[in-house]
Amino acid sequence: MAMTVQLDVVSAEERIFSGLVESIQVTGSEGELGILPGHIPLLTGIKPGMVRIVKQFGEEHLIYVAGGVLEVQPHSVTVLADVAVRAEDLDEQAALAAQKRAEEAMQNAGADFNYAEAAAQLAEAIAQLRLIQKLRKK
Amino acid sequence: MAGAKEIKSKIGSINNTRKITSAMEKVAVSKMRRAQERVAQSRPYAEGMRKVIGNIANGSIEYRHPFLTERPVKNVGYIVISTDRGLCGGLNTNEFKRIALDMKNWKEQGAQAHIAVIGNKATAFFKRFGGKVLAQQSGSGDVPRLADVIGSVQVMLKAYEEGRIDRLFLVFNRFVNTMKQEPVIEQLLPLPKADVTAKSHSWDYIYEPDPKVILDKLLGRYVESQVYQGVVENAASEQAARMVAMKAATDNAGNLMDDLKLVYNKARQAAITQELSEIVAGAAAV
Repeated sequence: MAMTVQLDVVSAEERIFSGLVESIQVTGSEGELGILPGHIPLLTGIKPGMVRIVKQFGEEHLIYVAGGVLEVQPHSVTVLADVAVRAEDLDEQAALAAQKRAEEAMQNAGADFNYAEAAAQLAEAIAQLRLIQKLRKK
Repeated sequence: MAGAKEIKSKIGSINNTRKITSAMEKVAVSKMRRAQERVAQSRPYAEGMRKVIGNIANGSIEYRHPFLTERPVKNVGYIVISTDRGLCGGLNTNEFKRIALDMKNWKEQGAQAHIAVIGNKATAFFKRFGGKVLAQQSGSGDVPRLADVIGSVQVMLKAYEEGRIDRLFLVFNRFVNTMKQEPVIEQLLPLPKADVTAKSHSWDYIYEPDPKVILDKLLGRYVESQVYQGVVENAASEQAARMVAMKAATDNAGNLMDDLKLVYNKARQAAITQELSEIVAGAAAV
């Protein structure tokens, strides 16, 4: 029987694969990698693309990952996959959008707020009206 | 019979409210189950990440990442996760009480708070409460995605790297069980020591391209995954809290209806009695 190693492919949102495999093929940040049982401990970034794994009894399996990190330990291999393709400028855009929303939210009244504020203003206006009416009667 | 009619319409309206709350309870039950599954699914990633970071910290590299080093606290940052919607009991209120207290403590030590909010309720709270809100995010719905939190996290990480904040906390409701959710304040940065110490071992990784690049990437992802985990857990807490609150509301509506039915029957009887005595009195007069 061929040698196997424990492989876990996980992303922040779900566990994608877990089981014994005979070999793993993945595109690392520095080039193509083939991992067999007994590989030396290794830590590398991986590029978006296919991870080709050969499961315990020779069955092949393809998984798409949008980048991430590959970790090889003496007795296990872990792929920490990203859930989406990430790029510096995209992250930057997301950050800017979050900042902008914060400013807007602090300036515009939220749905929750409109009501309380409007109620207070209304009460004030009514009080003023009453005062004016009283003054007129006198 | 004037009073009786009003009471009857009131019973009707309470019955309608009860139907709504009981429907909301049932919806919350099924949503909670799915939210709990999501919490369990996102756990292995954070665990794997923690192990790798621990191994690196344990390995022999000289590079000290700013995320791993303590520095004197002049400003603190919070990422506050709340729900988007209400009707979930005291879930948000308890959380805000907790964070207000914590912020007060830091203020006494001379540290100003910077905040990133996730969820409408937190946005509304900090608008009223004051505080420097750097980023806002809401509307992630019942199925939160990691992409939803990236923006807010990036803003806070940048602030930390530039030294505008010296410590970063995550505030959310931890899902203990269906009946119990508790607000927690967890330290994200610098990474708590317990997170980065691993069992000692005799091997070290080969790094490709080099440790610095990989560690940078990993630590960023780690913080993101922690925040995502918080969002997912908060979503589960929300559904559980709503379930309990709606169950209580349904029960209360039932009690109220019983009471009102009693009052209604009494009013009806009184009216009949009065009518009878009027007829009898009328007949006697003739």
